[in-house]
Amino acid sequence: MLRLDNVTAGYGTTACLKGVTLFVQAGEIVTLLGANGAGKSTTLLAISGLVRLSRGAIALNGARIDGLPPEAIAGRGVGHVPEGRRVFPRLTVLENLQLGAYLRGDQAGVAHDLAWVFELFPLLRDRRRQLAGTLSGGEQQMLAMGRGLMGRPALLLLDEPSLGLAPKLVQVVFDVIRRIHQAGTTVLLVEQNARLALAIAHRGYILEAGAIALADTAPALADNPRVKAAYLGG
Amino acid sequence: MGLTSSILMSPFHLLLQQLANGFTIGAIYALIALGYTMVYGVIQLINFAHGEVFMVGAYLALTALLILGVAQPLTGVALAGVLTACVALAVGGCGMLGWGIERLAYRPLRRAPRLTALITAIGVSFFLQNAVMLLYGATDRRFPAFIPARRWEWGGTSLTLLQVVIWLTSGVLMVALQMLVTSTKLGKAMRATAQDPNACRLLGIPVDRIIALTFALGSGFAAVGGMLFGLYYNTVNFHDGYLTGLKAFTAAVLGGIGNIPGAMVGGLVLGILEGLGAGYLSSQWKNVFAFVVLVGLLVFKPTGLLGERVADRA
Ligand SMILES: Nc1ncnc2c1ncn2[C@@H]1O[C@H](COP(=O)(O)OP(=O)(O)OP(=O)(O)O)[C@@H](O)[C@H]1O
Ligand SMILES: [Mg+2]
Repeated sequence: MLRLDNVTAGYGTTACLKGVTLFVQAGEIVTLLGANGAGKSTTLLAISGLVRLSRGAIALNGARIDGLPPEAIAGRGVGHVPEGRRVFPRLTVLENLQLGAYLRGDQAGVAHDLAWVFELFPLLRDRRRQLAGTLSGGEQQMLAMGRGLMGRPALLLLDEPSLGLAPKLVQVVFDVIRRIHQAGTTVLLVEQNARLALAIAHRGYILEAGAIALADTAPALADNPRVKAAYLGG
Repeated sequence: MGLTSSILMSPFHLLLQQLANGFTIGAIYALIALGYTMVYGVIQLINFAHGEVFMVGAYLALTALLILGVAQPLTGVALAGVLTACVALAVGGCGMLGWGIERLAYRPLRRAPRLTALITAIGVSFFLQNAVMLLYGATDRRFPAFIPARRWEWGGTSLTLLQVVIWLTSGVLMVALQMLVTSTKLGKAMRATAQDPNACRLLGIPVDRIIALTFALGSGFAAVGGMLFGLYYNTVNFHDGYLTGLKAFTAAVLGGIGNIPGAMVGGLVLGILEGLGAGYLSSQWKNVFAFVVLVGLLVFKPTGLLGERVADRA
């Protein structure tokens, strides 16, 4: 479904991705792990078109998407829940969700998905008239995920959805990822919580200093001594 | 309006008259102020060429009148037809002009320092002023009064049909804009673009198109303001955009720039201040009041009347 070939990209003149190659097949959950500053978010931004490539190629369902503007890439079915939530603080919860469906014309489908998002995150229903900026951090994370789902993406990029959440909410978020996947969405998941990410994913990649250091099935990575030492706390 | 009538009027009716006149010009300032405030709300840029767009709107309405050979007040179907033609040419032309200014003058500079965009705005202003001067001449052009000259009198206070038309037009347009911004998909996208353009892009919102539409919409409002201005003062001149544009900008700052209801309130308050100043102090000093207000605001309350966090209310 998604393929990155030797992707080199960065901000200004410094390249912080130095030849990243990875793929995601339809129906998979793939996790991208790595230390702070390894280039995980940059990889997702390159896929979405917010960061330009200086070399390499990105293809979605066999067609090149690198070089397209971000709104066109979203139009091809790539959803991106960015790092740090990035909800619209002075719009209401409902308006945020409605904008998630900006590209869609099917009113009935949008209404159906809104009901689904409210079912996944009942709290958002109660707060739908509240300004997003007045939600707690955890609530904003749920809103960001809900907003991403409202576009009905075929491929969902999630950037650290559990960051800063209490353990109970972390469970909620991972349950939702499981349900999104069961509903037919392919997921590329960036996570700090490597243990949970490897438990839910089919395969994983370890990114180190802008390059893929390891690629394997999730169970194999979870058993790998190097991964255990570096990312699973020994 | 004039001195002769005010001598004969009771203080109460004189006050009413100044309020009615101030309210009228204030409604026009408000229409123009909306364009400054919408653009600032969405991309934090003050489009100093906006006053010139207003002036072009007045000239486009005049052009429609010249083409149609209108020289006197009309009624019925003829009035409706001429009004439609004026609005269509002025709003359509200015909408495209606003779109073009964004596309050609501002978009390439979106990441450049503020000062660059300001200098560009001055360049665009000079260009538009000189283009209009070359096409229509440097002297005042008469703007045919095609609205019937009905007037109502009450104890010396007079109100013209044109004033009522100006109030209603502005009122309807402002309510329509407010509804567009609060309840439509485009309005939500405009507010979201103001708050986080990159997050918008990730959702598939075409941010560049939203910004260009914001310019076009604000320019359309200025065009209606231009037509009403021509009708109210009966003449237009190629440098009318400068002074009136600055006053409308003052109105936008007065209401809290970036804030749409604020621009409406700011326009009306400024118009009324000007009307009262002209009536009670001196009409020769009329144009000074706006700038006293602007300087005072910038010094004492730069966020304006309705403002605290106004920059992203679009
Ligand atoms: N906007 C930016 N401008 C310049 N450099 C940036 C920018 N964003 C990220 N970087 C740099 O790019 C490198 C990779 O950053 P990236 O955000 O992709 O890391 P990450 O793996 O997501 O880290 P984290 O786990 O902390 O989120 C870092 O060295 C970072 O400092
Ligand atoms: Mg990151």
